[in-house]
Amino acid sequence: MGKCFLSGNEAFAYGICLARPQVISAYPITPQTIVVEKLSELVEDGSLKAEFIHVESEHSALSCAIGASAVGARTFTATSSQGLLYMAECLTYASGGRFPIVMMNANRSTALPWNIYGDQRDSLSQLDCGWIQAYAENAQESLDLALMSYYVAEHREVSAPFMANLDGFVLTHTYEVVEVPAKEQADSFLPPFVTENKMDFGHPRNLAFSAGPEHNTAFKYKEHIGLLNAKKVIAEAEEKFARIFGRQYTGLIESYRTEDADYILITLGSIAGLVKEKVDKLRAEGKRVGLIRLRYIRPFPNEELAGALKNAKAIAVLEKDVSFGNEGTVFTNVNSALHKAGISIASSNYIGGLGGKNISEADIEKIFEELKEEKTTIQFLGLGGAEKWVYPQGL
Amino acid sequence: MGLSARTLNEEEFFYGHKACAGCGGSLAVRIALKVLGERSVAVLPAGCMSAVGFNFPQLCFGNNAIISTFAGTASMLTGVEAGLRAQGIDNFHAVGFAGDGGTADIGIQALSGAIDRNDDIIYICYDNEAYMNTGIQKSSLTPFGAKTTTTPAGSNIRGNLRPKKNMFEIVAAHGIPYAATASIGYLNDFMRKVEKASKIKGTKYIHILAPCPTGWGTATDETVEIAKEVVECGLWYLAEYENGGFTLNYRPKEFTDVAAYLKKQSRFKHLTEEDIQTVRYSRDAKWEAIYRNFKII
Repeated sequence: MGKCFLSGNEAFAYGICLARPQVISAYPITPQTIVVEKLSELVEDGSLKAEFIHVESEHSALSCAIGASAVGARTFTATSSQGLLYMAECLTYASGGRFPIVMMNANRSTALPWNIYGDQRDSLSQLDCGWIQAYAENAQESLDLALMSYYVAEHREVSAPFMANLDGFVLTHTYEVVEVPAKEQADSFLPPFVTENKMDFGHPRNLAFSAGPEHNTAFKYKEHIGLLNAKKVIAEAEEKFARIFGRQYTGLIESYRTEDADYILITLGSIAGLVKEKVDKLRAEGKRVGLIRLRYIRPFPNEELAGALKNAKAIAVLEKDVSFGNEGTVFTNVNSALHKAGISIASSNYIGGLGGKNISEADIEKIFEELKEEKTTIQFLGLGGAEKWVYPQGL
Repeated sequence: MGLSARTLNEEEFFYGHKACAGCGGSLAVRIALKVLGERSVAVLPAGCMSAVGFNFPQLCFGNNAIISTFAGTASMLTGVEAGLRAQGIDNFHAVGFAGDGGTADIGIQALSGAIDRNDDIIYICYDNEAYMNTGIQKSSLTPFGAKTTTTPAGSNIRGNLRPKKNMFEIVAAHGIPYAATASIGYLNDFMRKVEKASKIKGTKYIHILAPCPTGWGTATDETVEIAKEVVECGLWYLAEYENGGFTLNYRPKEFTDVAAYLKKQSRFKHLTEEDIQTVRYSRDAKWEAIYRNFKII
């Protein structure tokens, strides 16, 4: 197809179409709808030969995908926010059963209060459910992730479900020029799904069984190793992807002008585009600042972060999430990586973009400005008048 | 030649499990799989049959089988069927075995969705009239008057106050291609219905009453007898729904005594004569409706 003007949702749908899933089950929720609408069009016009199942809930969407994956079919589903939470039971089911389902999640705030706009509290609340979690920055990366997700998830040494996250509206509904690869190219990148972890009439199996205290830890340990193995498989996938498509990705993190940076902002998702612009402007003023974008948060880039941050004087984590009563979840994860690597620098947490609140260039400027103080703080951006409620403690 | 104990597949597909002695549900699963054969994928949600059959490394199904989420029997069946068909595989049965709670309570939404899509699956509800696996709690298929661990029989409340949800007719109201009721007391009838379902395209639903000695308070060698008696006394019935119409398959010449059926079971021991009269009235009202709306063979 070559260059097309596509939204993030549409780009992701084209990427999925190129991966040729055999079963798609989906239930509509804003702002995910367009990805499944587009896929149903592609099935209708014959571009994609797949069973499109109109399930009656998100729980059934993922339960259906698990059933299809358990007989060896490549499967896709998509959701967002309340839908992700409604299917939460099936998330650990898919990962525990080692079913390499791919799901797109349109990042959206979770009720209450009701809100359809983008933050990342939905997916970040599910970090422990055993899924690989990737976050796209733009529409091209969305398409490319869709294609690479199956490569990683279905790899024998990984066998884990894959959640690709796109910021609601900001990425799902924004149009950009996207290079859509040819089918032949996609086929040369992605091998067909072959697995022994399936029910088979030639070799009947009992799957998704019970395992008591004696065996349970072994299963969970293997599941953990599978997710850790994803690190090297992601690198392998990206290398092959670059060879075939000419676009190079950078593994679990993307480092932007961090080599000699004193102050580094760490974030994830589409806001990274704005941060890059700001970094360029500040660099032009001679300020040694940089950005790290977390492309994957499961598996978590512990070593990659330690390597990229070892010479920094202070870091800030900007995230659209809060773990109430503590801090941003990404911040917790980043601090753990620093601690394990013996890096002792100031780290601060900026919680912003909740319920779709705009994170402005001025907000990013403020973060870089405050980083120079090399303090450890936790702050909310865009409080909208709530400043009058005093933060109870120093942190 | 019709299916009978004489002609039934001798191969066992559900064997070596640890169900309680006298378990009615395990008999339903065992017999249905013998009828459907080796090209079956069985989907069982959390519940008695999955609890007794899938304990790694002791896995008891000779055919392909998988546990679904509690609410997800029907939706997983949908995925299994679509996944196999999408790979060009045919000539198989996707069959679900869910209990009364897994069907009429937590699983009813997914079941309704599957029937609405007319997915080519067989859904068998083995109804033992309470959440037996978790220790005999009330479900929406627990009958009036039954004592369960969440509907205790005391001086204020005498067991479960609500009648059994009418799953058979709820399912039929979807316009499903085939639905039937059955009892493990009438296995030839059940086998015939499973076989019939296996030859019909689209969604099939069989609701089989399967007594549970543990939960009902009956002797373990009385399961089949009690499953006959519930039909003979008119508190359960054998029927089918197809082509938009109901058919009654068996009409007891004269109902046996409801009180005798109830008093055999410790879950009904506390019922007063007035309670038993309530059960009789509701039975008679049900049968009036059956005579009105069902074709009687």
